[in-house]
Amino acid sequence: MKFSMASAPGGRAASSPLMGDAEEPTIFELSVPARRSFSLRDTAVPSMDLDEIQSWVREDAVELPEVSERDLVAHYTRLASRNYSVDLGAYPLGSCTMKYNPKFADQVAAIDGLTNVHPLTPPEAIQGWLRLLDELEHYVCEITGMAQATLQPPAGASGELTGLLIMRAYHASRGRKPTKVVIPDSAHGTNPASVSLAGYEAVTVPSGADGLVDLAKLRELVDENTAGIMLTNPNTLGLFEREIREILDVIHSVGGLAYYDGANLNAIVGVARPGDMGFDIVHSNLHKTFATPHGGGGPGAGPVAVVEHLVDFLPGPLPRSLDGGASYTWVTPERSIGRVHAFYGNAVVLARALAFMQYLGRDGLRTMSELAVLNANWLKTRIADSFEVAYQQPCMHEFVVSAERLKAETGVRALDVAKALLDAGFHSPTVYFPLVVHEALMIEPTETESPQTLEAIAQALEEIVATARTDAAAVFAMPRNTPVRRLDEAMAARKPILTEDQRQ
Amino acid sequence: MPSFAPHTEEEIEQMLTDLGMSSLEELYTSIPSTLMRTEPLALPKDLSEIEVLEQFSRFGADNSAVRSSLISFAGGGAYDHDLSAAARHLGSQSAFVTAYTPYQPEVAQGVLQALFEFQTMVARLFGLPIANASLYDGAASLVEAVNMAVGFTKRQRVIVSTGVHPGYREALATFGAGTHLEIEHLGLAADDSTIFGSSDGDHAGAAAVIVGYPNYFGAIENIEQARALADNEEALLIVVADPIALGLLRSPGTLGADIVVGEGQSLGIPLSFGGPYLGLFAARTEYVRLMPGRLVGETRDLEGRRSFVTTLRTREQDIRREKATSNVCTNQTLMAIQAAIHMAWLGKRGFQLLARRNYDGAHYLASRLSEIGLVPSTAKFFREFTVHTMGSATELQHRMLQHGFLAGVVPPNLDDRLVFAVTEARTRTEIDGFVDSLMKELR
Repeated sequence: MKFSMASAPGGRAASSPLMGDAEEPTIFELSVPARRSFSLRDTAVPSMDLDEIQSWVREDAVELPEVSERDLVAHYTRLASRNYSVDLGAYPLGSCTMKYNPKFADQVAAIDGLTNVHPLTPPEAIQGWLRLLDELEHYVCEITGMAQATLQPPAGASGELTGLLIMRAYHASRGRKPTKVVIPDSAHGTNPASVSLAGYEAVTVPSGADGLVDLAKLRELVDENTAGIMLTNPNTLGLFEREIREILDVIHSVGGLAYYDGANLNAIVGVARPGDMGFDIVHSNLHKTFATPHGGGGPGAGPVAVVEHLVDFLPGPLPRSLDGGASYTWVTPERSIGRVHAFYGNAVVLARALAFMQYLGRDGLRTMSELAVLNANWLKTRIADSFEVAYQQPCMHEFVVSAERLKAETGVRALDVAKALLDAGFHSPTVYFPLVVHEALMIEPTETESPQTLEAIAQALEEIVATARTDAAAVFAMPRNTPVRRLDEAMAARKPILTEDQRQ
Repeated sequence: MPSFAPHTEEEIEQMLTDLGMSSLEELYTSIPSTLMRTEPLALPKDLSEIEVLEQFSRFGADNSAVRSSLISFAGGGAYDHDLSAAARHLGSQSAFVTAYTPYQPEVAQGVLQALFEFQTMVARLFGLPIANASLYDGAASLVEAVNMAVGFTKRQRVIVSTGVHPGYREALATFGAGTHLEIEHLGLAADDSTIFGSSDGDHAGAAAVIVGYPNYFGAIENIEQARALADNEEALLIVVADPIALGLLRSPGTLGADIVVGEGQSLGIPLSFGGPYLGLFAARTEYVRLMPGRLVGETRDLEGRRSFVTTLRTREQDIRREKATSNVCTNQTLMAIQAAIHMAWLGKRGFQLLARRNYDGAHYLASRLSEIGLVPSTAKFFREFTVHTMGSATELQHRMLQHGFLAGVVPPNLDDRLVFAVTEARTRTEIDGFVDSLMKELR
């Protein structure tokens, strides 16, 4: 097959531009007694006596580092230079939607009137925040096809548990105590963990040969003890569950509820809606689909939206106007499951997501998804000669290939391919997930990578496969050009050193 | 079309041609046509970035309660501290901001080492040997600590002081519905400290005893008594600590806590209307294999260089799935890094001085309030204390807003009390001005 794209220079930043490969001392090793950075205002408050609390007063100061501000800045700048990021280059980490995070949203997050507000301020003095949250709720509900939403869950997994507790409260309100929640075998690990924490038993429905939920097997599994189902659609294989209506009908027919895990929402914004598919509860990962930065592992935001008959169970408080939009206050639904966050969720992350949605608008949001799907399909087809494509039908925003043939022929595994790609200057795909595909490489280019970058990734993968065939040992030795090389992970786990003080 | 996708029209056509397709709609043939939307979303059309920024500036302007215009004496789990420029600038480097969880440690040493240093600081602060790489917030840390104690003891009963932050207790009750938690409460004495009861007599055995340090009302709890109750119940002792207090007070770990959790917002994170904040979590070493969240450990690379990696991954949800005791995946890494930078900026001496300034400010305010008849419920407090108002506290707080003050926090369902907090950001002039205004309102 012939492809039309040329590879362009640049965009391969995981290795060579980073600072040297010498060990960076820890901040504690840089510490010198009596050195300082801090600068505190003179409050003119008199020193008060400690008599009443004397028995609690500590004898020694906490051993925090003592460094100059100059050394502090150098240390954290060097650390930053030893880290790959979306701003450096492509990050095709499947299921994580590592798209570009626009800079204007950083400016939103820095607005004084938003960041410097105490969460327990009386509503009259926080009308801007209440209005902002209300508007975001409207966007989330329109995009997912739901009635109302809580913005409290600070991450996707928290949203899952919140949604399942709403499911639980709904069944309890109807005097029912079903015990099982169905999840497909391709589900993200947070799904079964959340199901257990919600007090349900996770029941696995297998995927058929086409990578989709096996409807016949589902019918066998479901009975009056079924509380509901948790699904991503598209699923973690990047495939759309065509029989979604039939699947959800099976669940609804026994009184169960359908939970939509929004991990893969980036494929279908403006194209199809979970609500129209028949889902009752939907969480959205704003840090994926709506481009709030991932922060090295968080913060995220995982609002949970529900259909009309579940709104009474939403966590409170919710921003609501009781006078037609003139003013806003906090309202907690009567049968609320209760708070899931100390305050109102990751508010500043929520603001960033709304800014992104407003920028794209109704049409740009759809284009975003279409191009994410285009990129995934193009790259999948482009590398089909190098790796076995796990499932042949058109993919959505991500796809899974297998390195099983390569492993059989050369001994080079998915993990080795991932490590070798780092040397080529790109972040690795997700590997060994979903579990239903052997030697899985799960690739999600997102819409923000150019066709030239996709071509460069494809060429890098081809080169790795070629090297594997001629000199597998060279691949096992990769990466070579990163700040550190492969790590002894077994040693880290055998006798864990989790702090400076646990080192021998 | 506004988008951050770089594709030109021509490139889109080329790519479609490569795929043998003629339109973007063809990409979606696997979606049944009945589910495909033909109408655009009922949302506004796109905006330029400057229009979005202007819109958000208006949202900001509609919040009159901004730090620069309102003098805050509110705490309740969110504190008005002066922040270091270093933490803001270094913590917002795009290499930290736009990375994700360090799944490929060879290209994530920056985040990993920063987290290792953060874990060390939290462990030292709390007086325990190990800490994790953060959870969502103080409430989440408490919930996870209780789940861990339940997992360890195989008991469902927990004993919680009503002095623990009400928002955290509510979250515990919310999530406890799923884990069949039996929550028993300990009441407070007139001085707002927990009544632990006598340590002999019947006891059913509990998973955990939970107490604040200082508690929500400001009282510094007697951790040794809490420990005695925990021993009697063969329970783990979980302490919810204010990290700033530990610049002055003895660490809960050294006083006998098994797990110490807390809200890390005070460690250099803006008020942010309640989030993103930072859940802190430290424990004794024997619980390491039950710890929630990510743990960063030290190891060596192929060439023997010291390096860092997420470790003991078999605890985590993606491996244990339905057997996991925590479902945490994304956490608050960026906040953890910012907090570590801020703690390093404060340093050993600065942190101590900061704690003392908080103490002095709060006790100075308390002494001035006592002069006008608002006497704190206890003298054993750190930077936060409770007074009884004669009339409605909400009303008084409302009137004080007109004077330019955020007059503390009203505890849920206790409208005759105000909890005041003072940080190093409050000057003597501001405190005196606050007392004068209160005096006018109470007259």
